[in-house]
Amino acid sequence: MNVGIACPYSWDVPGGVQVHIRDFTEELTRRGHTVSVLAPGDDDDDLPPYVVTVGRPVSIPYNGSVARVAFGPRIAARVRRWLLDGEFDVVHVHEPASLSLGLITTWWAEVPVVATSHSAMRRSRAMSAAQGILKSAFEKFTAHIAVSEEARRTVVQHLGGDAVLIPNGLYVDRFAVPRRQEWFSPDGTLSFLGRLDEPRKGLQVLLAAWPAVHDAFPKARLLVAGRGEIDEIRRGIDPRHRDAVQFLGGVSDEDKAAMLASSDIYVAPHIGGESFGIVLAEAMAAGAPVLASELEAFRTVLDGGRLGSLVPVGDADALAAEAIALLGDPGRRQLYREAATTGVRRYDWSRVTDEILAVYEMAIAVGAGGAGRHTFRLPRL
Amino acid sequence: MEWVFITIAVLAALGVYLSWTAGRLDRRHARLDASRAVLDAEFLRRSGSVLDLATAGLLDPATSVVLADAASRARTADDSDRYQAESDLTAVLVAALDDPDDLAPLREDPGAAAALDELAMSCRRAAHARRFHNELVRGATRLRRKALVRWLRLAGYAPMPETVELDDRVPHGLETAS
Repeated sequence: MNVGIACPYSWDVPGGVQVHIRDFTEELTRRGHTVSVLAPGDDDDDLPPYVVTVGRPVSIPYNGSVARVAFGPRIAARVRRWLLDGEFDVVHVHEPASLSLGLITTWWAEVPVVATSHSAMRRSRAMSAAQGILKSAFEKFTAHIAVSEEARRTVVQHLGGDAVLIPNGLYVDRFAVPRRQEWFSPDGTLSFLGRLDEPRKGLQVLLAAWPAVHDAFPKARLLVAGRGEIDEIRRGIDPRHRDAVQFLGGVSDEDKAAMLASSDIYVAPHIGGESFGIVLAEAMAAGAPVLASELEAFRTVLDGGRLGSLVPVGDADALAAEAIALLGDPGRRQLYREAATTGVRRYDWSRVTDEILAVYEMAIAVGAGGAGRHTFRLPRL
Repeated sequence: MEWVFITIAVLAALGVYLSWTAGRLDRRHARLDASRAVLDAEFLRRSGSVLDLATAGLLDPATSVVLADAASRARTADDSDRYQAESDLTAVLVAALDDPDDLAPLREDPGAAAALDELAMSCRRAAHARRFHNELVRGATRLRRKALVRWLRLAGYAPMPETVELDDRVPHGLETAS
């Protein structure tokens, strides 16, 4: 199959959507399909061979925040060139509501268009004003996918239409790495992953819970991975409990897997902003029992508490109590570990790719939704 | 004299618009037919996967019989009660395969795990196909409701499309632990 994928964000900027497209492209290529990814950016970026760039995005205010968007006549011409040269069987646009390449691609595509919405959006005035245009573009989708229930709700409520749920994927087996001795602690190792200065990741909740956990288990330790003002945050911890907290800074994919595999509890104290929670699935794949705040996305990934433990959002006392209970109960951790090892297979790229390819097959069988460039367009009455 | 040209221009524009709309409607109807065929194929695939699982000797005899019966009813139902038969099949699947913990011992057999995975995929495909089809129906219905389309009968004798309503839940035991 010949697949064209439109990525809304620059390839050289790290982000969940880019990682999703990269991993999916890798799996499609392994299966013998041809993939071309269209993304904003310059040619001189150090890019994989399957990425085609359309030029630098510009920062503009949109939907209540600043968005980096690729648009304009020159970029539209490049998109059309890519569509013509690619001779795709199907075109897959990501985050179509982001006013970026997805929308332009949808407009010009003459082949079936599949869309994937990733993020949950709150409604704002700008969004409402753009809605009419977005809705008419969205009617061209032969199939619309959402990666989470919240993302799907955004599509249904704000953009019109319905979407099917296909979760984010990960390569489960790449997280099956050995524990690292240097991170072992006799009373147990806890870990946290995420930007330190992003309040929604909830590090402040975990650090508020930490003294109680450390008092109960003096030989426990907490690994904190992620970028941010480490010195400042370290100074904020009570000196008695400070040395048991080890800051790792930004970690590579290998170190991330090793850290999760070395954890007796992976803690996800997030207080919002997570649409899917891929990091929970990564922890499950690495064999780390998960203790997470009860966000809707996390509740779904943990199957309502069957695959890990859930505590109220933003409640440091409850988090501390549950962490202490889990550290003292190796049997329950083992149960979570076993259930999660099977459960996380649902998110393995082998399964997720099968499901997306099934959607491609259906979209191709149904045919393209647009009129294409052979038919002129008139405004709707 | 001027108004003659104006009238001709207006009529010509109207003609172009009407023919364009009729073409759009025609394409919508063609896609609806195609997506209906996809939908039927996916539901056949689902009942086929159920039959495979039921006749593989992996489940207990009672479950096997109930599943095989519901699946063959879904495959042989007339047009009038086909969707009811598919909903019934879903109800039986949910009753039999809803608890992930019940299925865990079964999954230790690789053959059984593969059959359950295949069934899970068929269930998801059928559910996706129905959502996609219903979206097309809604789009076509919006177009058909437009005043000009109704007054001038641009849709010809094509029946008003209807969404397909049936229960196509994926049993919890298949959804989470596949």
